[in-house]
Amino acid sequence: MAVLVTKNSNIIVQGFTGKEGTFHAGQMLEYGTNVVGGVTPGKGGNEHLGKPVFNTVAEAVKSVSADTTIIFVPPAFAADAIMEAASAGIKVIICITEGIPVQDMVKVKAYLDNYDCRLVGPNCPGVMTPGEAKVGIMPGFIHNPGRIGIVSRSGTLTYEAVDQVTKAGLGQSTCIGIGGDPIVGTTTKDAVELLMNDPETDGIVMIGEIGGSMEADAARWIKEHATKPVVGFIAGQTAPKGRTMGHAGAIIGGAEDTAEAKMKIMAECGIHVVKSPAQIGATMLEALKA
Amino acid sequence: MNLHEYQGKDLLKGFGVAIQEGIVAESIEEAISAYDQIAERTGSSMAIVKAQIHAGGRGKGGGVKLVKSSDELKETAGSILGMMLKTPQTPGGMEGEGKLVRKILVAEDAYAPDFDACKEYYVSILMDREMKRNVIIYSTEGGMDIEAVAEKTPELVHKEHIDPTLGLLSFQTRKIAFNLGLSGKAFKEMTRFIAKLYKAFVSSDASLFEINPCLKTGDDRIIAVDCKVSLDENALFRHKELAALRDTDEEDPTEVEAKSYGLNFVNLDGNVGCMVNGAGLAMSTMDIIKLSGGEPANFLDVGGTADADRVEKAFRIILRDPAVKAILINIFGGIVRCDRVANGVVEAYKNMGNITVPIIVRLQGTNADIAKKIIDESGLEVHSATLLQEAADLVKGVLA
Repeated sequence: MAVLVTKNSNIIVQGFTGKEGTFHAGQMLEYGTNVVGGVTPGKGGNEHLGKPVFNTVAEAVKSVSADTTIIFVPPAFAADAIMEAASAGIKVIICITEGIPVQDMVKVKAYLDNYDCRLVGPNCPGVMTPGEAKVGIMPGFIHNPGRIGIVSRSGTLTYEAVDQVTKAGLGQSTCIGIGGDPIVGTTTKDAVELLMNDPETDGIVMIGEIGGSMEADAARWIKEHATKPVVGFIAGQTAPKGRTMGHAGAIIGGAEDTAEAKMKIMAECGIHVVKSPAQIGATMLEALKA
Repeated sequence: MNLHEYQGKDLLKGFGVAIQEGIVAESIEEAISAYDQIAERTGSSMAIVKAQIHAGGRGKGGGVKLVKSSDELKETAGSILGMMLKTPQTPGGMEGEGKLVRKILVAEDAYAPDFDACKEYYVSILMDREMKRNVIIYSTEGGMDIEAVAEKTPELVHKEHIDPTLGLLSFQTRKIAFNLGLSGKAFKEMTRFIAKLYKAFVSSDASLFEINPCLKTGDDRIIAVDCKVSLDENALFRHKELAALRDTDEEDPTEVEAKSYGLNFVNLDGNVGCMVNGAGLAMSTMDIIKLSGGEPANFLDVGGTADADRVEKAFRIILRDPAVKAILINIFGGIVRCDRVANGVVEAYKNMGNITVPIIVRLQGTNADIAKKIIDESGLEVHSATLLQEAADLVKGVLA
């Protein structure tokens, strides 16, 4: 059992017929992901990439038993798409869209409190269970089925970690890209907790960056609950204070916001902290031996 | 995106928030005209001249001055307009170069006529990342550095979180006004002030409102004397009128130029330039540079398309900085194919003619092996790597 997405997930694509949705849905299908259809309001009844198109998420749930969605809707409409999915009864909502206004996400977060669902993202590469389901924009071929879980706020940096884990002769159980925005549906701690409770995961790579307190919160949880090794890295050791470094969430502010402070807390909580992002794979290999 | 004080006040006024009235001026003549209008309106010869730059602590560097006559106004406006204003928040702080003052705000003296009856408060609104909802932060200790107040006397800094579905409720505005020790007319004014301020915050998709000081005048009105307004860039698509307020004079010209090419660039002080796809990997690459004995000269995220044109533009921007001794290109190809990036690098390199600093190219991911071959066989002075550690070692090598 991997977490969040498996070969049994019934996955739909919101923004299915758009440029991004079409390209990535095609890649997901090529990987063997169980995409059962898609949603584009006004295009219901058609077929796209050999799968049915629905006008609403509710119809997709009814017709093809969708339980998981991936969202490629433009930023102005993405918050609405997330809430539509939740209200239709979708359990796992993965939002790739970058650039959603913060006040929209404040509303989304409050709305989701009323539903039994999990949001991953926004502004994330998605979730990948190698060999079973690629629900995101990550390159499939760098992954290898295995027993290391990966949690990360970043896109290409996640790929870097995945690649190192694969090259170290290990593989991944599930890779969760939680996203780089100030408000994300699944926090670092939430994702670590999922993987810690997954019997098919033996070790966890946790990649954070400057800004916010998600990594410190996760570290404190790990200290109390860890049953397997965690390797951690924080990007942005050299980032100057008060500057935005591409990710809206990555602005250094308070005392626990800096890479240095986060790494210190993580090390104190028993996480194998690497200073160099080039050492993630090798360190995991060592940690598993110990 | 940050606004100037005068722009922020215009925004607030549009939502009925009471402000210290003023008129912006770009020349001494305009300043005189602004002063005359304000003097006529207030019946007083006192006015405040405030430099308009995107930085706090303007008073500390001589950017805010009280004038008592038309002659004083003329002299003060002349000295502030065109000055390089240093504040603790301008680049390099009080020791730095400062920022050129292009505009001033000539404002009424809101503290007149009864200075002693006035009282300054602090009010700000922002999104609390922990609670994932908006919060109003307020204090009786206005006019001061709120971080210092929070450190020394945390009990004097109050927070009120707002329910995203219900919005700001009446009892919350009353609670704020009571906690600020107000009564009578000033109490009512404060509840209205807070309600309108919150409406302005949400309606304009702001990421920060900071009103410091928020003033109770001698006649018990509540007004914003200063305001710092930051807007959520991701929401500007639905606020065209606010997007037009961007003042690129206040931003780093190279960063503005990079943005126009679709490059996310931040200038730094180091000696090794870098070009990376993805913000997280870009920050990690900066960290690798530091661990290899260098200092990052920039942050640069080329985004999803690293074609020859974009690579060339990025090269030109990085090489403009004479401190750059080497450039590290780090691309993890997913959707972006490494062989295309490699061809882009070779083409850009040839177009540029004479690049005199060593270039290290690390391409990993889709078609990385073909990419390495392209680089290695190009005959150019480019070092290629596949693993991140190899790239780090190459950086160390060229700096040695």
